[in-house]
Amino acid sequence: MSGGTEVYAAQAADGFSASGAAGAVLQVAAVVAGAPLVIGWMRQVRARLEGRAGAGWLQPWRDLRKLFAKQDVIPRGTTRVFTTAPLVLAATSLLIAAIVPVVTTASPLDEMGDLFAVVGLLLVGTVALTLAGLDTGTAFGGMGASREVTIAALVEPTILVAGLALSVPAGSSNLGAIVESAVADPGAVATPAAALAFIALIVVVLAETGRLPVDNPSTHLELTMVHEAMVLEYTGARLALVEWASAIRLTVLLALLANLFVPWGIADAGSGVAGLLVGLVAVAAKVCVLATLLAAGEVFLAKLRLFRVPELLAGSFLIGLLAVTASYFLPSPS
Amino acid sequence: MTISHLGMDAGCPAPAATLPATAAGPAGAADAAAGSVPVPAVRTAIPTAPGDLHGEVAALLAKGYRLALVAAHHDAPATAGGRGQIRLVYLFVSGLPDTRVELHVELDPDDPAVPSLADLSFPASRFEREMHDLYAVRPVGHPLARRLLRHRHWPHRWYPMRADAGPPPPFGPAEPFPFVTVEGPGVYEIPVGPVHAGLIEPGHFRFWVVGETILKMKARLWYLHRGAEKLFEGQPPAAKLPLAERISGDTAVGHALAYCLAVEEALGVEVGLTARRARALLLELERLHNHVSDIGLLCNDVGHGVLHAHAGRLRERLLRLNARITGHRLLRGGVQLGGARLASLPTADELASIAADAADIVTLALRNGMVRDRLTGTAVLTRQAALDLGTLGYVARASGLPYDARVAHPFLNLPGLPRVPTHPDGDVLGRFLIRADEIDASIEMLRVLLPTLAPGEYLAPLPPEPAGTADRACGVGIVEGWRGTITHRVELTSDGALSRVKIVDPSFFNWPALPVALANTIVPDFPLANKSFNQSYAGNDL
Repeated sequence: MSGGTEVYAAQAADGFSASGAAGAVLQVAAVVAGAPLVIGWMRQVRARLEGRAGAGWLQPWRDLRKLFAKQDVIPRGTTRVFTTAPLVLAATSLLIAAIVPVVTTASPLDEMGDLFAVVGLLLVGTVALTLAGLDTGTAFGGMGASREVTIAALVEPTILVAGLALSVPAGSSNLGAIVESAVADPGAVATPAAALAFIALIVVVLAETGRLPVDNPSTHLELTMVHEAMVLEYTGARLALVEWASAIRLTVLLALLANLFVPWGIADAGSGVAGLLVGLVAVAAKVCVLATLLAAGEVFLAKLRLFRVPELLAGSFLIGLLAVTASYFLPSPS
Repeated sequence: MTISHLGMDAGCPAPAATLPATAAGPAGAADAAAGSVPVPAVRTAIPTAPGDLHGEVAALLAKGYRLALVAAHHDAPATAGGRGQIRLVYLFVSGLPDTRVELHVELDPDDPAVPSLADLSFPASRFEREMHDLYAVRPVGHPLARRLLRHRHWPHRWYPMRADAGPPPPFGPAEPFPFVTVEGPGVYEIPVGPVHAGLIEPGHFRFWVVGETILKMKARLWYLHRGAEKLFEGQPPAAKLPLAERISGDTAVGHALAYCLAVEEALGVEVGLTARRARALLLELERLHNHVSDIGLLCNDVGHGVLHAHAGRLRERLLRLNARITGHRLLRGGVQLGGARLASLPTADELASIAADAADIVTLALRNGMVRDRLTGTAVLTRQAALDLGTLGYVARASGLPYDARVAHPFLNLPGLPRVPTHPDGDVLGRFLIRADEIDASIEMLRVLLPTLAPGEYLAPLPPEPAGTADRACGVGIVEGWRGTITHRVELTSDGALSRVKIVDPSFFNWPALPVALANTIVPDFPLANKSFNQSYAGNDL
């Protein structure tokens, strides 16, 4: 079980590698370009499973192109909070995309790639949007913000706790180290702790990204919205940024989830161009499979009554807590 | 055999229509299982002094009559400089036996005032507010005599339905029309609409909320006033059938049929048995496509998109069937004055397949625990509230009230049909299940009707003007549309032109039930609750 610590120590000693830097650039570019496609793919899968033709998996890109070309309308009475929140959200999302092990575990920012830092960055983006929702002064903005914060308050601790369960075998809360430790010791993934952590993480990823059964991203009913209610007043390029950033968050979280539990293929500090490409293809395939499964699962789901959402999230927190407990008391067979 | 007149003639006699020789209709007794012409309704007009109105109404309500319609009339003065005449007609109905009692009240045209019936009947209090806004008839003693349908930009002191109203003046400055304020720690207000994120009709909803729980909700509708009733005036009845079909786009058959029944009664036309069957078929087809659509939309509102997609597919199938039968996807053109027209008919296999498809969608929805959880116990309308508010249609039946105009005021007798399902709980699930049951009941009815029908035009000849020498003839049409009981009352001048058409869509009765059902519901459940009521905005605001 000491492998993880050694890797971490090695990385700390040599924080920068050319491969890692190239990998980081590649993964940010891949996430930026691919995130709308992930959304489009999920919608298309869902449409086909429901017996509809669907708009095609390129539709989110078409929407973004349209929105960027549109006039930006800023509601009267709003402040800088409203105008800067999409930038904060986009910036934190890009930062997360750079430091989380997506294509490579050896990002030059990997030293910051701590579980706590990532959860913190996610929360910064969420808080920026909730403040913007409140800043509009409309009932919907406030309502959406209040609901979003209720959900975030339950989601963020669960991500931490479930991540903690995974970090115990690796001996580090650095995400790159956790992934590398899993590559080195595949048995560590097949523990009860990891299984419990996986379940907890799936639920909170759905909640964090506003998917069913917590929120319905395709609804037009303003009174039921959570995420959409906060951003109702955004138009044009700012709306495009918000949509894009949300897609990036979903994609990165799916990639992280995939790499934490099925880490194979990911590039590391020693990978060459081929290794990076393998890493890219591997993560694309993993995200695609996960997105397909999620979209297929959503077909069978309905949206929960709002007051049942905390029950669901509290349940996932409990599972996360059990995962931590299990990771201490039921160590992996190796 | 002539219709008996219990009351006195109040200047608007029910015409003495003569029945065909055999009461069972031309098909004869051998075909009795497939329906017969019912005994015509008995309609009585009782002239009433304003002072006696309250007592008469109390007596009628105590006998189990339901207030179906209140219509004001402003007859233009016969001579220049005359004062004209303001008349009110209160229509009370009860069935079976199909009985209709009209109270006719004449008022002083310079200062029309009538004692309010608000303490006896909630729907009456709303009709009174409507009459005040359109005719300046003052309800004396009304506890909440606020305006109902004049929105805040409506020209001040302009009463469009009066004969002397003239063309509409320009919109005036907004008059204050404040909402009641709800105060307390943590109470906040959510204004929604009248423009919504989805493609729905305009309505302003205001919620007072603590946390997510609704303390009070107020719906302000009436953004769609088109003066529809005024558009009928002075026109021959046949020319305005298309207008009746368009009162509420999804209820083409219901409104057209109620209009035709009313005009036919006024003209003394006896519609044949086959035409009645064809009309019943069209009415059930309309119920089918609307209920299927609602079931899909209820699933969509809980985020269960797959069943919405499949209900949409089934609805499309029904609309194409409608287009084959009448030439119009929403069944326009099927119901005609004096009869009905069918270009084609569904086959029994088609009906069976549609029924199976609909049953599949309903079963899948109810077997999904999350969908069921969202529907169960949401937005409960108690039986007592449903009764007090005078609700109609599936809203009333989902709260345990078995009222159905196809039974109480039949235009076709089918033995044992229609089956009228009820549900005791009054929640969204109840309104969902009622729709599912009514789909089955409609299919049962269509199965009985189908073998007795063939494509064709079944029209009784229409006299150009009412028989007799009276100044005017009038008629009432009562139809169970898919939303509930639709009532039309028409008056014809002696030369056969429409002088007044009063239309009551069930939504007029049902809208006030929505805020009542919403107390203690949470805000994110409002769209679901609203969809389960699915009231018409256009039918409510004429």
